[in-house]
Amino acid sequence: MFSHSFLLNAALAGLFAGISCGIAGVFLVTTHLSFLGVCIAHAGFAGAILGIWLKIDPVISASVFSIAAAFAIGPLADKGELSPDTAAGIIFSLTIGLAFLFLGLMPGSRGEALSLFWGGILTANSKDLLLLSFVTLGTLVIVALFYKEIVAVLCHRSIAVAVGIPAVFVLYLLFVWSAIIIAVSLRIVGGLLIYSLVVNPAAAAFQLTYRIKYLFILSALFGVLSTWVGLFVSYFLDLPAGASIVIVSTVIFAVALFISPKRKTISDLDPVREILPPHNGDSKELK
Amino acid sequence: MTCASDPCIELHNVTVVRGHRVVLNHVNLRARCGEFIVIIGANGAGKTTLLQVVNGTVQPASGQVSVLGKSPSFLNGYKLRRNVGFVAQAPHFDPRLPVTVLETVVSGCFGKRGLFRRIRPEDWQKARQALAWVGISHLADRPLGSISGGEFQRSAIARVLVQEPALLLFDEPTNSLDVRAKSEIVKLIERIHGETRATTLYVTHDLKYLPDRCDRILFIQKGEICGDGRPEELLPKIVVQEL
Repeated sequence: MFSHSFLLNAALAGLFAGISCGIAGVFLVTTHLSFLGVCIAHAGFAGAILGIWLKIDPVISASVFSIAAAFAIGPLADKGELSPDTAAGIIFSLTIGLAFLFLGLMPGSRGEALSLFWGGILTANSKDLLLLSFVTLGTLVIVALFYKEIVAVLCHRSIAVAVGIPAVFVLYLLFVWSAIIIAVSLRIVGGLLIYSLVVNPAAAAFQLTYRIKYLFILSALFGVLSTWVGLFVSYFLDLPAGASIVIVSTVIFAVALFISPKRKTISDLDPVREILPPHNGDSKELK
Repeated sequence: MTCASDPCIELHNVTVVRGHRVVLNHVNLRARCGEFIVIIGANGAGKTTLLQVVNGTVQPASGQVSVLGKSPSFLNGYKLRRNVGFVAQAPHFDPRLPVTVLETVVSGCFGKRGLFRRIRPEDWQKARQALAWVGISHLADRPLGSISGGEFQRSAIARVLVQEPALLLFDEPTNSLDVRAKSEIVKLIERIHGETRATTLYVTHDLKYLPDRCDRILFIQKGEICGDGRPEELLPKIVVQEL
């Protein structure tokens, strides 16, 4: 299978996109802002189409649109006294409208723009791989550098504010970086499919652990597994690669949901100690 | 080094406006280091807003604020909050959230540890000791969302202990707790103040569960401080219906 260089490139693209989209998914799923991912993905989609129309690098225009969408939702929700999901819905409707407007106004062939709908992991080139590897490395560096701040902001924002963490800065850093991940992965995974690769692995990981460290690891692992198994299925059954990846990620979520220890009731949560190793350290009276 | 006569909090003519409503109206407050002040008033009187002004999460429309010698502006407020322990009402947490009680307690040191610094083994140690101090070390590895309201408030107090702040703010910490948990939390707060001598502002509207050892009581009504004095002087003057 990997004797074909395009498949090797696709596998590498899947590795990088799976890790970075899986981690971006943790940012969005844990904050209950999954719809923000849809909104950012479609904003990037509109930006990429505009880039193709104006003959500028679609990655740059997609990044600008995605970042603008991530920044617009907070103030829109505040000004309009709306929930973040409603604000994301408004931005989503605007960006999907813009995407179709740009498609309609674009002169000549629309083949490249239309391919952004379902992506082209099998046509990943060295430039795509370089960009994806850079973004994946950046994602890992951000998580490593700001790990404790990210944990605090994702899990209990009010406590993060109370203990003196610059929570707004950290939250927007996560949203902006998620926007960059989505914009860069757009050509590979596709505007309609990328949302699944962001949300499904994180949602699957969320079913299986009470520890955020394992949530990041499992989500990245499920992201990579989705792309690799999807590619494998696509190659041997001669199916579209993007659709196969999305269906595999959904199957992984379904399996995680089925075997989840969180299906137990709250009163049954004591046995959680058996699946979570305790931290080191003695319990002594505070002097 | 601060002494008991140094002002820890100084509010001068502070006014806070939300929409068209004046929430705090020309409020003046001076709290010495180590003082234990209880703030009472009816719902909507402006008690919580007063605490939010002190910890810099709400900016006044006019007036001067000085907390621990600094003005808590929007930009530097987070630095000030590293030295301010804040315990609010027990919120509702999603029981599936991937965070344990111990991980929440250790977050008390995150602000002081600063950006780019990792959590050290001694931070975990301190968090475990704080959990033992508040009597819930057996809950360390439980998901935060699976514990009761009283246990959550104990974990919040443990987090504040890990933070080692110079100023403690309690915003109706006994709300929605049962009778036994209410008195246990009040005793715990008195014990913390007794041991740390941190300046403490304790907000409540429930006169049944007032800390015995407070130095002063402030009575807030419609955004204005209507009474300020020792508990034995002020409490008999307050008509219960006003709360």
